[in-house]
Amino acid sequence: MTDTPLLSVRDLVVQFPTRKGVLTAVDGVSFDIKRGEVLGVVGESGAGKSMTGAAIIGLIEPPGRIASGQVLLDGERIDNLSVSQMRRVRGKKVGMVFQDPLTSLNPLYTVAQQLVETVRTHLPLSEKQAREHALALLDEVGIPAAKRRMDDYPHQFSGGMRQRVVIALALAAEPELVIADEPTTALDVSVQAQIIDVLKRLCSERGAAVMLITHDMGVIAETADRVAVMYAGRVAEIGPVRDVVQHAKHPYTQGLMGSIPTLAHDSDRLVQIHGSMPRLTDIPPGCAFNPRCAHAFDRCRQDRPSPIQTGERAVACWLADQEVGQ
Amino acid sequence: MLAFTIRRLIQSIGVMLVVSLIAFVMFRFVGDPVDQMVGLETTIEEREILREQLGLNDATPVQFLRFVGNAIQGDFGVSYQFKRPVATILGERMPATLELAFVSAILALVAGIPMGVYTALRRESVLSKLFLMISLIGVSLPTFLIGILFIFLFAVVFQILPSFGRGEIVDLGWWRTGLLTSSGLKALILPSITLALFQMTLIMRLVRSEMLEVLRTDYIKFCQARGLRSRSVNFGHALKNTLVPVITIAGLQIGSLIAFAIITETVFQWPGMGLLFLQAVQNVDIPIMAAYLLLIAFLFVMINMAVDMLYVVVDPRIRIGGGEE
Ligand SMILES: Nc1ncnc2c1ncn2[C@@H]1O[C@H](COP(=O)(O)OP(=O)(O)OP(=O)(O)O)[C@@H](O)[C@H]1O
Ligand code: SF4
Ligand SMILES: [Mg+2]
Repeated sequence: MTDTPLLSVRDLVVQFPTRKGVLTAVDGVSFDIKRGEVLGVVGESGAGKSMTGAAIIGLIEPPGRIASGQVLLDGERIDNLSVSQMRRVRGKKVGMVFQDPLTSLNPLYTVAQQLVETVRTHLPLSEKQAREHALALLDEVGIPAAKRRMDDYPHQFSGGMRQRVVIALALAAEPELVIADEPTTALDVSVQAQIIDVLKRLCSERGAAVMLITHDMGVIAETADRVAVMYAGRVAEIGPVRDVVQHAKHPYTQGLMGSIPTLAHDSDRLVQIHGSMPRLTDIPPGCAFNPRCAHAFDRCRQDRPSPIQTGERAVACWLADQEVGQ
Repeated sequence: MLAFTIRRLIQSIGVMLVVSLIAFVMFRFVGDPVDQMVGLETTIEEREILREQLGLNDATPVQFLRFVGNAIQGDFGVSYQFKRPVATILGERMPATLELAFVSAILALVAGIPMGVYTALRRESVLSKLFLMISLIGVSLPTFLIGILFIFLFAVVFQILPSFGRGEIVDLGWWRTGLLTSSGLKALILPSITLALFQMTLIMRLVRSEMLEVLRTDYIKFCQARGLRSRSVNFGHALKNTLVPVITIAGLQIGSLIAFAIITETVFQWPGMGLLFLQAVQNVDIPIMAAYLLLIAFLFVMINMAVDMLYVVVDPRIRIGGGEE
């Protein structure tokens, strides 16, 4: 394993200065994504999943900022690039799919116009070639009668169809990594699986890696190669999907997994563990999970556990640390 | 689209009828028209004959219908002050007001939109803060004060621009324009800026807030996430969406420019309809007041319709109705 990972996030810290003081939304997150790999990211609302994605693609809204840490793509830092350098990374190397297809498309331009502009921004194609490329993409994402529909406006498509268009747009310039932030949450349940299939198929055909943020453990189990569980701005546990789902080590992950009875079952939303995640303003000292943890002991309330790597897995819990120590 | 046009047309006619009714009531019941037209020495009999001739003894609805019928044909009666047909007088005055309002509208848009865009894109820059400060002054200072200030500065102190009138006029037969002579253009500078200032600040603030709103939307973030050039994101995607609501309000503002012109015309003694109206008010010249009211209402209604049509052209969500699945 000498080859560098496609994406490497190192001790990422994202902060928001506010009147009440500095809020830390992402607090020392590290993970890698290999080429062509699908990394699932799960965690309760507010865990910092979207913020991590936004930090990677360099679109954190001011006054929020990356306070420390690094983001490396192909071994090169992209977190400190100039605005124009970063613009060339976006779309071309890192694509992004947003949650709500109803609001992701500009209502005043046709689907073809938006695709052609995106393609031509990054690839040296003529208008005509770009149009052909756009048509091929729309066919690929499964827009029926794409040739006829491509000159329609976004509002003329259904939600599911629009999300296919969004995927086509995100993949238009063949990025190596696609960040999909809850790509199906806003969609009708009946089309969610299709959209995930389209995303998975197109990315694997292109060898693109995916960072798939979702609340749906079923989707993670079927789609992802590895999964990262986030809690209060930190990674609680990360590892191959099978291991994490079947033998969760972190008490928080165990709670999450206990809440999915069977895979492919439709009760996919995470059932909350007793209590709720602390707000950013009052994250407890030590392990952020300790007030809700059934196994918490003294050390958990004083020292913050760092992820301990064992094989392909890393767990940020003092219990796991003891196991390793023994 | 056709149904939409017809609906708007019916609405417009409704509005005009209501305004006509107000104008008619004013015309018929504020003071006695006959008293205004004849001298004190006129006998009761003579008055009665005039009354009959004018149809003032007919039933009120009949009178109203006749009033509307005449108005449609451009007959608003005879001015009490000038003893000439109101339509002719208004026709003479209209070009002055429309030229002033038109130039002011262009000024307001040409300055207001870029300033609004700039202040939205460069929120923290010194120039943005300066623009916002100027706009605050523009909104809060009354028009007549700004006008008088301008006259004092440019006509009295520096003596580079005229303080009143329209300058040299060229008569095109159907239109008397001040836009073709240098003195006419010079005379237009101060009044048009005075009139434009308020609208310009409004448009600037409107564009700024709409633009900030649009810049926060998902589709702009998605544009950025696709690495589109910032020029295209800001001006192609964001500005175009900003202008959709701006069109409506800017259009309505042009209507109010014509109405607001009353004050500016008075300050600069601009021989337009506003000045005429104010003189009519002072002399209780009801036919002119009624006609002016109708004319302004008509302009508002027309502008409204034009704005709605423009909206349809710009926004595909209205132009091409509901979603095909
Ligand atoms: N502009 C902001 N100012 C301050 N705090 C913010 C701001 N935006 C987000 N946050 C905080 O950052 C934290 C992480 O938010 P993030 O959107 O990444 O959560 P998430 O894991 O994606 O949740 P969800 O599942 O709801 O999408 C949240 O606690 C949120 O309150
Ligand atoms: S570190 Fe302690 S509190 Fe945190 S999850 Fe492990 S056992 Fe629970
Ligand atoms: Mg989120």
